[in-house]
Amino acid sequence: MIKQKLAFNWASSCGGCEIAIFELGTKLVELTNKVEIIFWPAIMDYKYQDLEEMPDRSIDVAFMNGAIQNSENEHMAKLLRAKSKILVAFGSCAYTGGIPALANTTTRDEIFTNSYKDTPTTVNPEKTLPQTKFQAKEGELSIPEFYNTVKSLDQVVDVDYYVPGCPPVGEQVTKVITQFVDGLSPLPPKGSILGASDRSLCYECKRVRDERKIGRIVRTYQTIPDPQKCLLEQGIICMGPATRGGCGSVCLDANMPCRGCYGPLPKAIDQGGKMLSALSSIFDAQTEEDVQKIADSVVDPIGTFYRFSMSRSLMRRTKK
Amino acid sequence: MATTFEPKIVGFLCRWCSYAGADLAGTNRMKYPSNVSSIRVNCSGRIDPVLVMKALALGADGVLIAGCHPGDCHYTNGNIKTLRRFKLLQKMLDQFGIERERVRLEWISAAEGERYAQVVRSMTEQVRSLGPLNWKRELEATA
Repeated sequence: MIKQKLAFNWASSCGGCEIAIFELGTKLVELTNKVEIIFWPAIMDYKYQDLEEMPDRSIDVAFMNGAIQNSENEHMAKLLRAKSKILVAFGSCAYTGGIPALANTTTRDEIFTNSYKDTPTTVNPEKTLPQTKFQAKEGELSIPEFYNTVKSLDQVVDVDYYVPGCPPVGEQVTKVITQFVDGLSPLPPKGSILGASDRSLCYECKRVRDERKIGRIVRTYQTIPDPQKCLLEQGIICMGPATRGGCGSVCLDANMPCRGCYGPLPKAIDQGGKMLSALSSIFDAQTEEDVQKIADSVVDPIGTFYRFSMSRSLMRRTKK
Repeated sequence: MATTFEPKIVGFLCRWCSYAGADLAGTNRMKYPSNVSSIRVNCSGRIDPVLVMKALALGADGVLIAGCHPGDCHYTNGNIKTLRRFKLLQKMLDQFGIERERVRLEWISAAEGERYAQVVRSMTEQVRSLGPLNWKRELEATA
């Protein structure tokens, strides 16, 4: 039996997506009977050169997690694309930008100034900032260029499938990988979202909904919500109405609101805008002043509504 | 450059009040700038914030949403729903760095042709003085 060749790689990410694959546990060991993992820098010692030397389209399925935030991320994305038959954007960052894409609310200069000059724990008397090239005695040294705007994977290369989630839940990861490896059923059309439902999270939420009205917005640290009742009705911003289900509503079971990591619903072009619409329509206010009061209690609209989807939003970044 | 800039404004007008108001302005031969491309919608409550952002992202310099006065909505409270969305959208557009003058919500009744003309005049002038939004170019320039 010819083993399928799989590759895993990461870009601008936290490593959580790698953990999501480890979460398969013993299934991962069983999986290696059927597949050969030929590239996975997070767990084994692979060099980028190894990938460069592989023939084009020699990897059957490549999973790439993380957003594209620097030239190295982009280079690896292009390399992996060339070497693979199927490229999967794995996890929220690769799919919609994820948490790294919140950097699009600021600029490279602001990030550098904050990280290398302003933070109290930074010791940088010469105020040195990262340079892409440096002339050392031994020759020229270079590091990747940091981008001003964070992109999703499909904004730099052609992507075949998407697996949402921050990180994708274990059960769904198993399903997705099995689908590729077993080859029992034909693969879904290119561009499909795998390992998620086509309906909103509210459909699988077990909480009770009555009349949806919000008189004031509360943040999770300010209250202990009733575990039986809809969180939106309790004034907590829950991204459920604007987010794909399929995650098993793990956050809601832990009495925490949905943060929207499974991305926009099918046909929704902008997750944040949809959530803004869903939330504000149920403000319990009739006059301009009352509406303004509730709107003012939403502390950070972009950070809340686009927590995971900034790269794949209509505006994509803030104007600076 | 500034002298040749003509703002592109997308106007979402509710069918029952504001579109009729715009019609009245026309039949009364009132003069007002031709910068607003009006789109007739059944109710201002139909205006999803996504539509506003889409217009801006695709090249509009401003967006005007106009509906019936509070209490006059043909569908009871569609305009109130728009008001709620608009206030939060305004706050979010501040974060995106889009000036408040670019996106306006106005109540214009079917009898207020003059008011429609006035709103279009003032909004066109405000957006003209802000200059082009050019969101796409902004994105490319800051990649």
